[in-house]
Amino acid sequence: MTDPTPEPVVELRNGAVAIAGRPILRHIDLTVRSGEFVALMGANGSGKSTLVRALTGLWPLANGSLQLFGTPFGSFHDWRRVGFVPQRGGAASGVPASVWEVVASGRLTHRRLLRPLARADRAAIAEALDVVGLAHRSRESVSALSGGQQQRVLIARALAGDPELFFLDEPTAGVDLPNQQVLADTLATLSSRGATIVLVAHELGPMAPLIDRAVVMRDGRVAYDGPPLASEQVATAHLHEHELHEHGHHHHHAEPERHDHAPHIASPIEGDHR
Amino acid sequence: MSDYLDLLGLPFMQRAILAAVFTGLAAPAIGTYLVQRRMALMGDGIGHVAVTGVAIGLLTGASPTWTAVLVAIAGAIAIEVIRERGHANGDVALALLFYGGLAGGVLITGLANESGGRLNTYLFGSITTISVDDVLAVMVLAAVVVAICVGLAPQLFAVAQDQEFARVAGLNVRFYNLLVAVLAAVSVTVAMRTVGLLLVSALMVVPVATSQQLTRSFRTTLTAAMLLGTLASVGGLLLSAYLSAHARVAPGPTIVLLALAGFALAWPAGVLLRRRRRLRQPFPVVASAAHQTIDVHPHEHGDDCGHVAVPHGDHVDYVHDGHRHAAHGRHYDEH
Ligand SMILES: Nc1ncnc2c1ncn2[C@@H]1O[C@H](COP(=O)(O)OP(=O)(O)OP(=O)(O)O)[C@@H](O)[C@H]1O
Ligand SMILES: [Mg+2]
Repeated sequence: MTDPTPEPVVELRNGAVAIAGRPILRHIDLTVRSGEFVALMGANGSGKSTLVRALTGLWPLANGSLQLFGTPFGSFHDWRRVGFVPQRGGAASGVPASVWEVVASGRLTHRRLLRPLARADRAAIAEALDVVGLAHRSRESVSALSGGQQQRVLIARALAGDPELFFLDEPTAGVDLPNQQVLADTLATLSSRGATIVLVAHELGPMAPLIDRAVVMRDGRVAYDGPPLASEQVATAHLHEHELHEHGHHHHHAEPERHDHAPHIASPIEGDHR
Repeated sequence: MSDYLDLLGLPFMQRAILAAVFTGLAAPAIGTYLVQRRMALMGDGIGHVAVTGVAIGLLTGASPTWTAVLVAIAGAIAIEVIRERGHANGDVALALLFYGGLAGGVLITGLANESGGRLNTYLFGSITTISVDDVLAVMVLAAVVVAICVGLAPQLFAVAQDQEFARVAGLNVRFYNLLVAVLAAVSVTVAMRTVGLLLVSALMVVPVATSQQLTRSFRTTLTAAMLLGTLASVGGLLLSAYLSAHARVAPGPTIVLLALAGFALAWPAGVLLRRRRRLRQPFPVVASAAHQTIDVHPHEHGDDCGHVAVPHGDHVDYVHDGHRHAAHGRHYDEH
């Protein structure tokens, strides 16, 4: 770490997303700096996937501005720097596709039109398959794999592109603990090489020690942005927020404390109604 | 028999064979992407719209092939736009165009004072009456379709497989979607002369359905579908020419029935193949449960004992009656 404040890789200012006219995300300010490992947490329907989709340009912003790698989103074309694992049930489609082929589509950002795969592409695909432990099944049809194995195929697809910025939307949902550990080790390696990672997760599991920062969404807004939280603290994270702002950087408590100072009474809308 | 060979030597027959080869390659090529998008009936929808295109050609005296191409492209783009904007889902959009296209075609043909016979040659194909100009048009259009389907395979595959991922990979998804729609429309009009507008979709979909019974990857599915499509269309043409000595046998339906016969053969073969593959796949090596032996085993397992032998780590398990037996010294273990 020679650079005290690495430059921002993702910068969303006052972002808002409306789906079919209905505001879903509002007033989101999120800056992720190069090399950071951010966990995006929050209840079902709180807007985590929507935020990731806004950051990757899949949902247009109704308001606000987005910069990726310091470039305004409209003029950003360097997609090989970005990797994405969507939140999904499977990788199958109407026609058989082999595991290798699905992972190979992760190299598209590196290939020029009408050019065959280069040796570097093949090596990257093989390495990605190796990392998720599916190298021996690469010729099988993805639809013959179990749900968790298909999820690992999607992770390999993102890895194959060798990106600097990863968005992973619940990549470990349905993946067993040993393989979560494998993914955590992979992300640790990527992270140590300087990759920036934005991970959506309900249970951090083996990823927990890697997290630099947690962002908790609540009803389409950022409710907490600070040091990592344990999963059981996420539901009450918005209560910690004020505390963090009042006392500066402050390590989280093992147990959410009961405290009754003004700020949390003053914001009844954000109060607990779930 | 020599009559038959003479028949094959005639110019109209040679034109027909050329047209059959090119449609047989192009229709399944684009059909593979339609099936991948779960829009197998798109070809049918476009075919119905193209009826209106043909009728406009008959009414205005322009070449029906080219008016059909234009109207089919317009229809395909309409289907794609309706689908993308989400006002109706894909199959509702298709249905709307199905009926509009067919009704419009029949109405306009009536206005043009054409007999149903003329329209029929487009509805059911009349590959043996194809003109030199038509053959050239078919060859050029089909070559373009095949070149794009094969050349842009990685991009088209990725877009159909996962649109969101493709967009984050920087692909212009809308462009590729429209490209597929336009290529489908072009293939429909290409195949119009071979099998006719009402059976076009069969040549786009049936070879794909056949090949995917036996394949595990996209590339082999695409290649095999193109091969099967060519076999069916040329085979069907030759078969109908051969049979025409005895009865009136139309080439279009013969081609389609031959393709379906291929599917009927591939289906059980695929079931067997997949079963065999699954049976013989090595068992994973797991640091395993307790050592469980079998008391008495009346049967000696071996290389040709008749039971399926599956690799399991450093040894072989013999599979029978839901058990996995592995030799261990003098007895067998239950694995
Ligand atoms: N395509 C859509 N159309 C309409 N509403 C949507 C759509 N996608 C998301 N929403 C709405 O946006 C809100 C946020 O959804 P989002 O998928 O971002 O939640 P999430 O935090 O990812 O939840 P989960 O933990 O279940 O993945 C929800 O209220 C949902 O109803
Ligand atoms: Mg989600």
